[in-house]
Parts: sequence; C-alpha cells; structure tokens
Amino acid sequence: MRLVHLPALLPFLAMLVGPFFVNRVTPSILGMPFLLAWCVAWILLAAGIMAAIFRLDPANRDGAE
Amino acid sequence: MNGALVGIAGAAVLALGLGFLARRGRQMGLEQWTVGGRSFGAPLVFLLMAGEIYTTFTFLGGSGFAYGKGGPAYYILCYATLAYVMSYFLLPPIWRYAKDNGLYSQPDFFIRKYDSPMLGVLVALVGIVALIPYLVLQFKGLGIIVEVAGYGAISSTSAVWIGAVVATAYVMVSGVRGSAWTAVAKDVMILLVVVFLGVYFPLHYYGGLGTMFAAIEAAKPGFTVLPAHGESVWWFSSTVLLTALGFYMWPHSFASIYTARNTRVIRQNAVFLPIYQLILLFVFFVGFAAVLQVPGLKGPDIDLALLKLSEKTFEPWLVGVIGAAGVLTALVPGSMILMTAATLLANNLYRVFARSTDDMRVVRIAKLLVPVVALVAVYFTLSGGASIVALLLMGYSFVTQLFPALVLSLARNKRWVTREAAAAGIVAGVVTVAAVGLTHASIATLFPALPGEIKELNAGIVALAVNVIVLVAVSGAAKLATARVRTGVTARS
Repeated sequence: MRLVHLPALLPFLAMLVGPFFVNRVTPSILGMPFLLAWCVAWILLAAGIMAAIFRLDPANRDGAE
Repeated sequence: MNGALVGIAGAAVLALGLGFLARRGRQMGLEQWTVGGRSFGAPLVFLLMAGEIYTTFTFLGGSGFAYGKGGPAYYILCYATLAYVMSYFLLPPIWRYAKDNGLYSQPDFFIRKYDSPMLGVLVALVGIVALIPYLVLQFKGLGIIVEVAGYGAISSTSAVWIGAVVATAYVMVSGVRGSAWTAVAKDVMILLVVVFLGVYFPLHYYGGLGTMFAAIEAAKPGFTVLPAHGESVWWFSSTVLLTALGFYMWPHSFASIYTARNTRVIRQNAVFLPIYQLILLFVFFVGFAAVLQVPGLKGPDIDLALLKLSEKTFEPWLVGVIGAAGVLTALVPGSMILMTAATLLANNLYRVFARSTDDMRVVRIAKLLVPVVALVAVYFTLSGGASIVALLLMGYSFVTQLFPALVLSLARNKRWVTREAAAAGIVAGVVTVAAVGLTHASIATLFPALPGEIKELNAGIVALAVNVIVLVAVSGAAKLATARVRTGVTARS
C-alpha cells in the first residue's frame, strides 16, 4: 500500500458508514431522493479517485508489466 | 407466433451464431477453453466482467427489488462500486501468481498457495454450491421473460427448459470466447433498452423524475429510503460489505481475472467499471415507475415488474425487443456459470481422484458435465419460490466465506494461516450460512437477546465473523503447538 492508494478508502467510508447519516428523502437532487443521489455521487467520485490513482501509481508507468 | 416471441427467438439464434463464430480457427485446449489463452486486452476483459455482472439479476431482479422493497435496492449500486475499487489492489497479485504457476481455476489457487489438494476440493465444492442459486436465477429470469413476452403462449416450465437447452448448446460449442463476444451484443442491447425504459417510463407516466419520486413519497412515505426496521441501514451496510467482499470470490469472476493480458489491463478496468454501474440507476427508475402503475405484485412476483409495465405500455414488437435483451442477459452469464461449474467438477473434483487424467480428457468430461449441471439447475428452478435478489444473496453468503483465506494467502508471510485453519474457517462459515438458510432462521430468532440493530445484520456477515474467529483460533492453536514442540526440542538438545 502506497500513500497514493489511500484515497481509495473514501468510497468505503461513504457507502458503508455514510448511509447512517444520509438516509433521508430530502433535499432531493436532480429529482432523486437524497440517499440515492448520495450513492450516485459516490460512484462518480469512486471512478474519479481510481482514475487519479491509476495516473499517479508508478505501477502503471510504461514498461511496467 | 407473435412479434414478441419472434424477437426473443432471434436473440437466442444470434447468441448461438456468435458462439459458433467465436470458436472458428482455434484449437480448444484447456487453457483456450477456460481462460481464453490469457490474451484478452482491456476492452474484452471489461466486457467479460461486465457481462457477468449485468445479468437477469440486474434487469429483472434489480427493477423488481426497487419495485418491491424501494430504498434497500440501492445496495446493488454500492457493492459493485466498492468491489471495483478493491479490485485495483486485490486482483493483480492473484493474476501474477496464477500466471507464474499456470493456474486455470479458483481452487487451483488455493491448492498452490496452501499446498493442499483437499483444500482445493473444499473450495470447489463451496463454489459449486454457490453457483447453483446463481444459475437458478438466470433460468428463472429466462422463464419469466419467455412466459410474459409470449403472452401466455408458452408455459413457464417449457420456457425454462428451452432456455436451459440453448444455454447448454451454446457453452458446449464455444467456451469462454463465445461468452466474451456474445457479451458485446448483450451489453449494447441492454444498454439501449434499459436507458430507454428508465427515461421513458418516468416521463410518460409522471412527467419527470422529481414528480415520480414525489408521487411515490406521497403514496408510500419513506419507501425510497431505508426503513427503520427489517432492511434497515444496518442491513444495508452489512449487505454491501458482504457482497463487495464476495464479488470476486465467485469461481467464474475469479477465473475471468486470469483472462487478462497483464495487470495494467486489470487496474485500468477498476477505473471504468464503476461508471458502468450507472446503468443500474435506470433499472431502478423502471422499478419505481412500476410501483404506482402495476401495483399488487407480491413475493417472488416482484421480478415481473419491468415486463408487466412494458406490456401495459408498448406494442408487442417492442416488448419482443425488451424480451430479447432480457434473454441475452440470462444466456451470457448463464453459459459462463454453467461452464465454470462443469470445469470445477471435472478439473477440481474428478481429476483429484483420478490423477492420470490429461488436459484434453478434462475438457471432454467438463463438456459432458454441462448438461448435467443444467439439469440440476432446472430442477431447482422449477421447484423453488424465492425472488431473484434473495437467490443471489444466498449465493453470496456462501461464496464470501472464501474471502478471509484468500486475502491472508496473499499476505507476504503466508505462514500466518495454516491450511487447517483456512479449511476450518471456510467450513464454519458455510455451515453457519446453511444452518440459517435451512431453518429459515434470522439472527433475530437465533439470538433474541441481542440489541435490535445487530439482529438486522445480513446473516452472511455473521457467518463471515464466525469464519474469521475459527480461522484465527485454529491458526493460533497450531502456532502454540509448533512453538511447544520447538521449545521441547531446544530443551532436549
């Protein structure tokens, strides 16, 4: 585990612990109940975080297997 | 034959045709048949993994669960996302070890890591037991689609048989490459159909997403979030965790790791696969739209929500297109599961007890076992009465029991866990799951004294805890025993 990998823990916190705090219908976002919007937002954030990790991780430099 | 059935038959023929084409010009040795010669780049691995995930479970089960349960369905969005994040770290060491040791299957991995053929037998058995409900839910989905879209022309029993025969023929011909190419056809179709339905239904019946959710909230307050009891936040969190950990423990998902060309391909997919999850959002919109439009479906019938609403809304030919997409979402993963179960039986059970068997013979036996496995699944499909999501969660409870032993085997110092401890943990976990499942008990009935929140935990997570406790205890005991022997030897010398 390198330091650059640490942000990968955030989606786990958001999806396993987050629902205890955001289990609510309002405010609705883009028409969706808040809890659903929370899940959707964290899917996008997870993809963003993984993209950043992929770019920064030395394991993915050219020539690495 | 009506327009809907023509579309569905067309989809089945297309799948078979692509399967035959994929086979052309390739020698089907064990490595080619099961892991595609370890030559797949990022797009094919992506489709193969996506193909396994977007199954009848998503199409009918996901919409049905949103229809029947509401908010708890969101767990499906979350668990796969977490599994993909985890895959970035978990899968490359598995791939590397498998390549260096020329492994084909999941049990092979445990055998080599723990140096124990019997552990391989145990892992194969757990895999097969977990795969059966997964296969049953695909067949069940096929039956529902053909029955509903056929407007009663075909009974669900015949529909299940037809689906089983097509899936069997398909997998016996093509092996894993067939799955990858049909996955392309399937993914394009399912994407178009689901996005269309998910946009059209809320607009058509409610005038928009916001008004739809407002109407549901007015009719059933709190339906679109997690309830205070039953499928509560505690259930949600424990279920997301259980299924995220179990995601790559399925024998077929595990084996699809091996098809990658290199570890970069795997890490790249960890970036793109979460976005693919968003298709599920449209599936949920369909399920929610159905809540007020086709009310009254109960129990396992909640899986009919998507098709019933389509039937109410569209001309038969369009229902046929939707049904055709549904057939592909059941056939592709269904064939994959069939092949995996047959290969496990041939390679990891039969071969252990008949050692002289060569690779070509294992392929032949695996092919012969495909129809046998299909028959078993047809039997359970016709006799069972659980909803699609309930079936999948049962499979997950079993297969996640492999997670602790797998992760600990990847740790640098693998002496942490002995093979006996790994086996004892897996057995303890599986027995707990089976005991809860067979007695229809829940944590609440087993331990009435516990506080309310704990009772709502997913039973699979509780079994996982039992698994880890047993694993640590047996490992610790073994370590103490060796330490005592060692000090005894030192004292004597």
